[in-house]
Amino acid sequence: MEWEIVIGLEVHVQLSTQSKLFSGASTRFGAPPNTQACAIDLAMPGTLPVPNEQAFRYAVMFGLAMNAEISKRSVFERKNYFYPDLPKGYQTTQLAEPIVGAGEIEIHLEDGSSKSVRLHHAHLEEDAGKSLHEDFQGMSGIDLNRAGTPLIEIVSEPDMRSAAEAVAYLRKIHSIVTYLGISDGDMSQGSMRCDANVSVRLKGEEKLGTRTELKNINSFRFVERAIKVEAQRQIDLIEDGGQVVQETRLYDADKNETRSMRSKEVANDYRYFPCPDLLPVELDDDYIEAIRRELPELPDAKSARLAGEYGLSVYDADQLTQERASADFFEAATRQCGQPKLVANWMMGELAALLNRKEIGIEQSPVSATQLAGLIERIVDNTISSKIAKQVFEAIANGEGDADTVIEQRGLKQVSDTGAIEQMVDEVIANSTAQVENYRNADEAKRPKMMGYFVGQIMKASKGQANPQVINKILKDKLDALL
Amino acid sequence: MAVDAQTVHRLAELARIAISEETLEEVSGRLGDVLKLVDQLQTVNTEGVAPMAHPLDATQRLRPDQATETDCREEMQAIAPQTEDGLYLVPKVID
Amino acid sequence: MHQLTIAEIIKGLREKQFSSVEITRHLLERIQQQDARYNSFITVTAEQALAQATAADERLAAGKAPALCGVPIAHKDIFCTRGVRTSCGSRMLDNFVPPYDAAVVEGFERAGAVSLGKTNMDEFAMGSSNESSFYGPVKNPWDTSRVPGGSSGGSAAAVAALLCPGATATDTGGSIRQPAALTNTTGVKPTYGRVSRWGMVAFASSLDQGGPIARTAEDAALMLSVMADVDPRDSTNLQRPAEDFTRDLGQSISGLKIGVPKEYFGEGLDSATGERVQEALREYEKLGAQLVEISLPHTHLAVPAYYVIAPAEASANLSRFDGVRYGYRCENPADLRDLYMRSRGEGFGEEVQRRILVGTYALSAGYYDAYYNKAQQVRRLIKQDFVQAFGQVDVIMGPTAPSPAFALGAKQADPVSMYLEDIYTIAINLAGVPAMSLPCGTVDGLPVGLQIIGNYLDEARMLNVAHQYQRATDWHKASAV
Repeated sequence: MEWEIVIGLEVHVQLSTQSKLFSGASTRFGAPPNTQACAIDLAMPGTLPVPNEQAFRYAVMFGLAMNAEISKRSVFERKNYFYPDLPKGYQTTQLAEPIVGAGEIEIHLEDGSSKSVRLHHAHLEEDAGKSLHEDFQGMSGIDLNRAGTPLIEIVSEPDMRSAAEAVAYLRKIHSIVTYLGISDGDMSQGSMRCDANVSVRLKGEEKLGTRTELKNINSFRFVERAIKVEAQRQIDLIEDGGQVVQETRLYDADKNETRSMRSKEVANDYRYFPCPDLLPVELDDDYIEAIRRELPELPDAKSARLAGEYGLSVYDADQLTQERASADFFEAATRQCGQPKLVANWMMGELAALLNRKEIGIEQSPVSATQLAGLIERIVDNTISSKIAKQVFEAIANGEGDADTVIEQRGLKQVSDTGAIEQMVDEVIANSTAQVENYRNADEAKRPKMMGYFVGQIMKASKGQANPQVINKILKDKLDALL
Repeated sequence: MAVDAQTVHRLAELARIAISEETLEEVSGRLGDVLKLVDQLQTVNTEGVAPMAHPLDATQRLRPDQATETDCREEMQAIAPQTEDGLYLVPKVID
Repeated sequence: MHQLTIAEIIKGLREKQFSSVEITRHLLERIQQQDARYNSFITVTAEQALAQATAADERLAAGKAPALCGVPIAHKDIFCTRGVRTSCGSRMLDNFVPPYDAAVVEGFERAGAVSLGKTNMDEFAMGSSNESSFYGPVKNPWDTSRVPGGSSGGSAAAVAALLCPGATATDTGGSIRQPAALTNTTGVKPTYGRVSRWGMVAFASSLDQGGPIARTAEDAALMLSVMADVDPRDSTNLQRPAEDFTRDLGQSISGLKIGVPKEYFGEGLDSATGERVQEALREYEKLGAQLVEISLPHTHLAVPAYYVIAPAEASANLSRFDGVRYGYRCENPADLRDLYMRSRGEGFGEEVQRRILVGTYALSAGYYDAYYNKAQQVRRLIKQDFVQAFGQVDVIMGPTAPSPAFALGAKQADPVSMYLEDIYTIAINLAGVPAMSLPCGTVDGLPVGLQIIGNYLDEARMLNVAHQYQRATDWHKASAV
């Protein structure tokens, strides 16, 4: 039996506004508990919400970037449930009339193929606070700083067919929101959170299988693993004659398994209805078109431009533009050193490996775009070889300063001084009588290849610092003189 | 029309209001009376009438994005039932 | 001094016939001596009132007195007052001292008024008799065995008992007008959105509206002028700049077209009450007005629609009272669920619980369309009734309440009979138009109220129409005490 996995994602993205969706309290991350929870956020009696214009602007930007319909009229509703991190006892959200309607985006997969994923809708809503579970005399502590922070919830159609597609979609969303500058997209701080609806069905079957909802998966890697393990669980269950139960499940990254959240299974009845403290929001064409005109260049456009302007391969261009910070890094470095291919190679090679090792994003890169461009300039002007450049790169990463400083302090400058190289060449020839003999007896055509041995010896003697081009020239002259 | 006990229990659970068994019958009877009153709504044809959530057809004003509030934790928590280290305390939240 | 109207107090203060401290102290003493009989106050803020009066006297002396400088009033205990307990008539908020003021309270402070304290009310403004208050029922000064009406029963009784010349109140389905009718006072419910709801504890957000209760239309106009203002904190506020609602009081009403809805004089109306209202209409004819019979055909659906919409909104509005951040918390909760269930079970009274359950039912899965959505559709039909009527007439008149004040306890066992107290007032809240009640006679020594309904934002004319009647008649001058 061949199974097909069907995935839909609900992605919550915290918008990087200064103030909350319905109050003037700050949204800054990391403040002491409840110091950014004002009377409105605390649902004090008689307090009332007034929506933040910037949140609407950001939602419209997102909708336009997703090629989605923008609703000129949207309505906030109340979603009623009790939880200590939800002060009003309802979440103000949108349901029947969300700000962003249906849309569609392209995702790019590793094998070079593309696929389109449909957006069901995206709506604005307020975030909840946090329950802290460490012990306070057997009680939980509630911090409402996050309560009221604006979110957009982005709901896809169940269009993804593998964990890899889900990750590609999620990366695309991440890429779009960070390009737009409407969110920092930081999954580790919860600025971007993902719920996955997963079901399986036999290939060819049209009807969707019963789905489970995986809650709050907080990294790209976990999204992939959680979906894989959940899909496999469902397949095993069905193949063993069982049935999938529609439920909410939690992914346990330590055990790499999903488990049922029984406590959430109490029949929910959210009793949505239009929030009577708020009126319908109406946006006109001028407002929407003004935002459209100011949209920054988006990843797909940027990728196409980089490929065209700098002669990069489509794959390279896609990789470099996935994150705005990475594209900015590339363009800054290229502008300085004028070597797009070298910059691309270094970014996807050494730099990517370094960031991966340190588990940090390019925003926190210990090697700046200026520093990388400086390094490439020294390769291009033959001050250092590519091989030495790797050493210099590591040194820059370790905080030893820019390329010139490292080269200077470590004495890594390539030796191009003919006198010194001549002396090394002479020594090597003198100590390699057998090889010199072979060279002399060899065919004209084979000789260039045989020079490699001598070059290697000379490089070794120079500790890699001799300029290979200078070596080649002097060596050839000297060997040819012996013919 | 009385509302059955099961329905009253479900409503009380959704609304998080403890209702004692002794008052259950009275509550369900009175709820039934109210529902009978509101059932008169079913006598009118409202086909094609748009629901009206607000008396005036006004639209929402939006607020500029400015952090205008300052820390008021001390003042707000002075009237809270139980706090510690700036947190509101509740019986353990189990996920 | 306690018989003076607000207009007379303003004059007396400016003419130095008495000081704000004198009249404030006098009224505080009256409250202390007499309010045990009526229970119209929950909290009396004597010290604060005298401090405000002293400050007012200084401003009066300096000739820098704003509109209501030195005038003592009281606030319904639904308006948040910084540093003064705001209970909303509920055990839930018995210990609640807000760190902020309601917009209405700010308005009176800006106008220089003196606040004597907080008046009693039905719990969370849910009731028409003031018997659902955690602080005990309010008694009608006209007959202390009877109810003063509700939910603003405390404000109405305090004004009727001459404990203060005016008091703030709120009206969600009749809570200003019905108690005004039952206590021979003048109460105004403005157009929805006129008065900011900021800091006014919400019952049903799309219906709630603050307004004044006073002894004359002129005084109500003076109070409304400091209550109605722009407030960016309330999204539903109409953002209409403050107006002088006394500006048209003196205008003649000759040629005024008064709509008389036949639905307001049918079954359910006490005949003697109906006669008083008819007499008032005849008085208006004498003043040169013209009566036009009109129809508001969906009137009979107003109470059913209201008892879906108001409880639905309330069920969500009252979810914030959960024992976590403020207000009542039950003793030793066993777990989180127990904290919620008992705090709310013990903190809310019976009527509040009932309305929350009704609202929860109306919004729950499978019932939303049949109840909530249907009620919202009916609401539009009701609004259209008024819009059509105001195409023909300038104001609409009828009874405020179907009968005079009833005995304490008479309707407590039957909530639906209590709900029908508001059959003539509720449609006005659903439509959002302004309306008021003013005294128009008595039945067996108990006051009867005439209701005047105005077109949207037409409060100035409505008050003019009421004032002209009060110039021609003395009903409003009749006193309970």
